[in-house]
Formats: sequence, structure tokens, C-alpha cells
Amino acid sequence: MAAEIHYQTIATLAARLAAGELSAVELMQAVIDRTRAVDDRVRAFNSRDEADALAQAAASDARRSAGEAMGPLDGIPVALKDVIAVEGQPLTASSRMLADFVSPYDATVVKKLRQAGAVLWGRLNLDEFAMGSSTENSAFGATHNPWDLSRVPGGSSGGSAAALAAGEAIATLGSDTGGSIRQPAAFCGVVGLKPSYGLVSRYGLIAFASSLDQVGPFTRTVEDAAMLLQVLAGHDPLDSTSFTAEIPDYRAAVCAGPRSRRLGIPKEYFGAGLDPEVAAAVRAAIAFYAAQGWEIQEVSLPHTEFCLDTYYIIATAEASSNLARYDGIRYGHRSQSAGDVTELYEKSRAEGFGAEVKRRIILGTYVLSSGYYDAYYRRAQQVRTLIRSDFLRAYEQVDALLTPTSPMPAFRHGEKADPLAMYLCDIYTIGVNLAGLPAISIPGGFTQAGLPIGLQLIGRPFREAELLATARNYEQAHDWHQRRPNL
Amino acid sequence: MNYEAVIGLEVHVQIKTRSKMFTRVASGYGHEPNTLTDPVVLALPGVLPVMNKAALDAVIKAGLMLGCEIAPVCKWDRKQYFYPDSPKNYQISQYDQPICLGGAVEIELPGSARNVMGEHKSIPLTRIHLEEDVGKLNHGATDSLIDFNRAGTPLMEIVSEPALRSADEAFAYLTALRAIMVQGGISDCDMEKGQLRCDANISIRPVGQTTLGTKVELKNLNSISFVRDGIAHEIKRQMAVLARGGTIVQETRDYDGQTGASQSLRSKEMAHDYRYFPDPDLMPVQVDQAWKERLRAGCPELPFDRQRRYFTDFQLPYTLTSVLVWDRALAEYFEAAACAAGNDKAQAVGNWIVNDLLRELGQAGLALADSKVRPEQLAELVRLVDTGVLLTGAAKEVFVEMFATGEAPAAVARRRGLEAAPTDAGALEQWCREAIAGNDKARAEFKSGKDSAINAFKGPVMKAAKGKADPKAVDATLRRLLAGD
Repeated sequence: MAAEIHYQTIATLAARLAAGELSAVELMQAVIDRTRAVDDRVRAFNSRDEADALAQAAASDARRSAGEAMGPLDGIPVALKDVIAVEGQPLTASSRMLADFVSPYDATVVKKLRQAGAVLWGRLNLDEFAMGSSTENSAFGATHNPWDLSRVPGGSSGGSAAALAAGEAIATLGSDTGGSIRQPAAFCGVVGLKPSYGLVSRYGLIAFASSLDQVGPFTRTVEDAAMLLQVLAGHDPLDSTSFTAEIPDYRAAVCAGPRSRRLGIPKEYFGAGLDPEVAAAVRAAIAFYAAQGWEIQEVSLPHTEFCLDTYYIIATAEASSNLARYDGIRYGHRSQSAGDVTELYEKSRAEGFGAEVKRRIILGTYVLSSGYYDAYYRRAQQVRTLIRSDFLRAYEQVDALLTPTSPMPAFRHGEKADPLAMYLCDIYTIGVNLAGLPAISIPGGFTQAGLPIGLQLIGRPFREAELLATARNYEQAHDWHQRRPNL
Repeated sequence: MNYEAVIGLEVHVQIKTRSKMFTRVASGYGHEPNTLTDPVVLALPGVLPVMNKAALDAVIKAGLMLGCEIAPVCKWDRKQYFYPDSPKNYQISQYDQPICLGGAVEIELPGSARNVMGEHKSIPLTRIHLEEDVGKLNHGATDSLIDFNRAGTPLMEIVSEPALRSADEAFAYLTALRAIMVQGGISDCDMEKGQLRCDANISIRPVGQTTLGTKVELKNLNSISFVRDGIAHEIKRQMAVLARGGTIVQETRDYDGQTGASQSLRSKEMAHDYRYFPDPDLMPVQVDQAWKERLRAGCPELPFDRQRRYFTDFQLPYTLTSVLVWDRALAEYFEAAACAAGNDKAQAVGNWIVNDLLRELGQAGLALADSKVRPEQLAELVRLVDTGVLLTGAAKEVFVEMFATGEAPAAVARRRGLEAAPTDAGALEQWCREAIAGNDKARAEFKSGKDSAINAFKGPVMKAAKGKADPKAVDATLRRLLAGD
């Protein structure tokens, strides 16, 4: 039986749109209908503009009938994490601070999606300012995991993962600072790619931690991820940290298959706290690659144990600075009870930010303070260099690393009330951000309770094509990615 | 006890670039409030800074002119503090690795008279760094408005060592620094527009003591004269405090140039923690040798270097040089005219420029660039005077006409009939005889050896010649007649 329209892949839908079997308006309407049917339970969206999306779809159909379709993404509904600026649309970061903010400009990735003809669809929920691993830290309420509504979708891009898993979009964009794409992808049974730092422009992405943030796609297949990355990647003169090299044809490279076959298994990623069902799924994947003739090597990333501390110093330091602009002066929440400017800052920020955001701003302010800078921030930057060197040394022996994405499958709402317990969800993903590497989470099985398990593959810097090809090698031999939640 | 003042200046200079420091929106002054803004200037969610390379070029050029060491890498830091004029609540600046280190500003202190060159000193610089300007607050009775037009304008901060010893030295320092910035094309340095701003750190100490006294920072010094007056006032104030047994409090004071009084703004006992850290949005920029050499090639000669060259190459008097070298366009005009006229005529050229050209420009309210008299034409005028074709009085008339019409001097002289008369030896001899015959007293004095007595005959001769006689020929004829007398 052919999948329902809202559960089809970009590749399939692009072909159907091109063949005239389906119009972009029909596709958009199917996605709208599905969203209306399920989102009161999933709560993936912060806001949706159905009329605007249908108008974009109609424009896509008009282009296509005029013979001016702009490529495979033309007419494909792509929903966006609510930290990516779309001109004329709300941009809230799931924060009270920006509850009424409407962006007057487009992010570079949004410009690129428009140029590719994609239909921009809806603003997806997240942990406030992308700080969290469960999408419970949203000022507008938690998102629910489509596989088990009592559980979290992961975070911070929980809305992006849940919407895709629930058929509320054909693809979505998220952002990943310490695992915020890969962990929710794992929890929701979809593909999530964090590109190399610098491959995708950050202009128009609300900054959490500038040296770690990357925008990336959530898709149903690795091929779809390649198709979306093709549009997103490339140098942006508006982002000084963006990479200038030429972008390969990802879809062609992915379909051609991996060129090398040496897989590393970092021993530090299988420690205490790893759920046995997740461990078993990763072991099965290792066995699969071995059976395919891959050379499997255990490798060591000796500074892994320092990743969490390093991350929470660098990320909070940058966040404390990046979030200083939300002060109630020019835009955003302004306290109505302030007497002078100092009180205006204090009250606007006290009222506008949630607890986790405040916790990180305070921590970041502390580590940058005079007298503590050398002990914390400078030291963390030095350790960060060592962490990156660990990976680069491993890549002298292997071409990719295979690990669990998350130590556990999706947990229940409210289960991790202790911030430290929540931070530990990211232990397998944050090293990648600190090292600036590309990594992908792909569906790798299910627990006995029916919860998705994610496999993480980590690649060499800017070798996304090879990484995607490696991931597709597994995906083609398994059907995890074709299963749908019972909603 | 005798005290000396120790003064260090922090000078902010806005760099003249088309666009702002980290975004493409235009930089400018005098526009409608909040029109020179964009998402980056307003620090909207998601925006990123991109460095304006022209601003970095300008600060490196300034550093090269001032003899600074240029850092191999331009690195950016965030200086963090909350204030409504700062849209991001951090300022992108340079903390531990300023783009320019060291260097110096040569200054000239007032001489004993206007036409006497004063003492020169070299005031060492600590550093120059690049940053972005903030917006402007306008406080009303019940509210405050913010204009972000200025926010994000490229700004360089030039920090001197505490090497200045008087208000006059500070005045001379700013005068020299401003001229260098203007001549280098780095800034227009209009203090009224806030393009040059100065804060002064002032302390006093007993003469002979090497440690520094408690410093007071003086702010809002919005003209170079106010800088001098404010510093002089602050030195006096500190002396008075010590004289009555008080102690100097470390503080920031506001000097009001209109009333000549200062008042305390805040005490500085609580040092601000700016939580500097490297800006992760901006990559460090490598500044290689080729880049520096390209900029060095575009650096103009410094005013005092030019002045020394004018002394040796042209033997110009101090008064002329002290007018010419402080205006790059005027100096270049002079050099072009002197080159066309020949180095030995340079002083005459200089005199014409300083006395006549500047006067005419001033009266007409024109800038040098508007002058219709081209340097070669001025050189030609000087040549006509030198060869006796034009007499001084006639030449002045010719110049005024040239200034008005842009005509060549020879053409003006011919049209107006102002050329000196061709030498009619017979007529000249007749006028000379009459002049000698008409003044027995002068004749007797000359005969008895008083050479200058000959001048008494020249007036009547010139009068008879209606001013058109060649003075050299008159002199020679008189001497011949007096000798044969």
C-alpha cells in the first residue's frame, strides 16, 4: 500500500509533482489536514499560517505549469524550528520574551528554501532558546512524542522531530548546538543531520552558542537529507564563520555509495548509563556493517569525559552574551512595572525568560567574570582543542564513527526534573559540536515498548557526502525508517 | 611643594567609511533618527556581524602613519555591559590584541612668539584599537529616546601614554593628531559632529616622584579648546584640593566648557567587569606584509616631516610653513606651484598662497578645491614678476582678476595693460635727472656715503613713470647719474 501523502518522502513527492500526479496545493492541503487532525495531541507547532502556505503552494503549481519549476524541492512543505527568521512570520524561540515578535527579514536558509521553491510551513516548538533536551522548556507548552504521547520528543528541536514523525510536514529544519537535531531525531524515529560547523549559514538563526550552533534538516530518509542539505549548504557572505569551499552533489554521492569502508567504534561512548536496548541496537548495527565487509575498529576519544563540562562552559558563556540583546528596549517583552532603566532590564528579563534560560545566563555570566575567565572559559577552549584532536586522530584510522545518539530512548514528561540528569542526555552528541564535525542520527530499531532508537554516525569535517552514503548503506538494508507511529 | 600634572588622553575617532563597521547600512551624520539602521544595527534576533574591511584598512593606515606596530592578526572581542544605546548590550571591540601597538604623536608647543617655532616633543601611544560606536540617547522630561543612526559606526580608540604634562601639551597633541587623521583621509574629525571625542585622565604628583597620583577622568570635552581649558581647570582643582590638605578621589568628572566648571559624574571605586571574550561570530583576520605595504604606499607625509622638508628644500620661513603644512591640499598646491616656478621661487610662491590666495578664498567663502587659479598659473605669475614683466602692484591686480576669471596671468596683464613699460632709456634718464635735481639734501647725503639716501629719488621717478618703470633700471640709472655728478 502506498504511504499516505503526508508520510511520503521528498524524493517520492518531487517525482510525483514533476509527473503531474499531484499538485503542490493538494500536497499542502494534505499536510494541513493531517496537522489539524493530530497537532492538538502532538503540539509540535507554535504557529501556522495555512493561507500563506497554500498561497506558496499555488505559486509553485503556477511555476510548474509555466515550465519554471525551481528544482526537486519546489512545492515541498518544509516546516521550521521557531528560531529561524522568516520575514513577516512570528519568531518566538518558544520564549515569552519574543512571544509577539515578528521577523522583518529572512534567514539565509529561508532565502535558499524560497529560491528552491519549498513551501515554508509553520513555526515549530522547541526548548526556549534551544536550551534543553525535551522540549519541555517551552513557554508555550511541551510537545509530545508521536510514538508515545506521554513521552518527550527530545530537544531542543522537539517540534521539528515530532512534526515530521507525525506527518505534519514533509521535512523540517532544526538547529543543533549540543545534539538538538540528532537526539530528537532519535527519539522520534526520523533522520536528523547536523552539518559541519560552517557548512550552513547561521544568519537568521537565533543564536544560542555561536561557535556550536548549526542549522540542519530532519527528513524521513538519508536521501531526503541529502536533497535538503543541497539547498541549505554553501558560503554566505552574511556569516563570517561560513565555509567557502565548493559544495558537492550530495544526492548523487549518496546514491553512489560510500567510497571507504572503515568504521570506528569509540569505546568511551558505551559507558555506564547506556540503556541495554539502545546498546543492543548499536551492536546489531556494528554487526551489520561488519557483515557488509566494513573494517570495524575500536578507537579511543580520551577526552570524552570532559565534553559535558567543556560544553556547559562554552555554550553558557556564549549564550549569556548572545541573549543580552533581549532587554525590553527595542523589541520583545517589556515589563510594565519598571521604574527606571535598570529595573526595566531586570524585570523584563525576569518575566521574559524561563528557568533554564536564566540558569544558563547566570552560569555563562559567572564563567566569563573577571578572575574566573582563565579558570573556566580559557581552559574550556583548550580542552575543546583536545577534544577535536581526539576525533581527528581517530580519523587517521577510520572514516566514520558509529555510536548511540542518545543513551536512552524517549523518556516521560517530567521524568528528568533535575537539570544535570537532563544534561546527561547529550553526552554522545556534544563532542561532535565541540569538534565542529558532521553527524547524523538515523532510525536504528525500536525498544520492546515500541520507542525508536537512534544510531549516530559521525563523519570527517565537511565530508557530509561520505557520511550520508555510509548512513544510507544501513538504511537501505533496514525498514525502521518506514514505520509510522499509531496516532 | 611643586607639583606636576600627568595627563593621558583617550581619543575616539569615527572612521569615514561608506558603510558601518559590521553591516552594509550607510554610515552618516545629520539624518532623520533611526534611518541608518538595519536588522544588524538593531541587534534583531538571528543577525550576525560581518567586518567592513575598509574600516580595518583605515585603522592600519592610521597606525602606520603614527609609527605603530601592526598586529599580525585582527582579533575581535565582546565588551559586555547593559546600556540602552548599545543594541546588543555588548560592543564589538578589541581587548587584549589591539590592531596597533605603540607609536607616537609629534607635537609642537607654543613658541615665544607667533613667528618662532616652539619646542617639539614626541608623545608615545599605548595602543589603537577598532570598535563600533553606540547610539545616542535623547533624554526628555518623562522619557528617553534612542537614535541608532550612530550605532555601529566604525570607531578607533587612540590611547596615549600618561606622557602629557600640561593643558598646552594636550592641546598640541590633539591638534597634531587631528591633522594626521584628516590628512590621512581617515576621518573628518569634526568634534561638533562627534567625529573626534576626547576623554582625559589627569593626576598630579610632586615633581621628582615617579609613581602616579590618583587619576580623575574628565569627560565631555567637545572641542579642542575645551580640552585645554578643562585640563587646566582640573589641574588647578587638584592642586587646590591638596593645598588645603585634602585627597584626590578617583572619579569621573564632567567639564562644562561654557561655564568653565566641572562636576563629579560618578566615583570609580567599583571597577566595571566587562566580561570580555573573543567574539565567536567573527573570525580573526590575518594582516600580512603585502596588505600593510599597500596601505603604507597611500600614507601622506606627516605635517612636521613636511615642515622640515620645506625648511631644507625651499628655505621657507617658519611662519609660511606653519600655515601650509596643516592643510594637506594647501601644501600639495604649494608644492605643485613651487615645482612649476622653481625651488628658488618657492618663498614667493608661498607668500602668494598665504597672503593673497587664502585672502581671496576667505573673502569669497570658497575652499581651495574651488580656486580657479591653478598652481601652474600662480607659478607663471611669480615668473612674470621675477622677470620684471609685472611690477608688484600690477601683479596683485592681475592676481585678483585671475582669481575671479581663471585666466592666465599674461593674458590678464595684456588685456588690462598692466605690463611694465619697455625700458625707454631716454625718458628714464630724464626722470632721474629731474628727481636728483629736486632733492639736494638727499643728493648731499648720498655723496657723503649714505647709500640708502638713493631711495629718496625713486619715488618721484616711479611717480613720473606712472609706476611702470623697472626698479632695477631706475636704481642703475640713478647710480650712474649720481656717480658722474
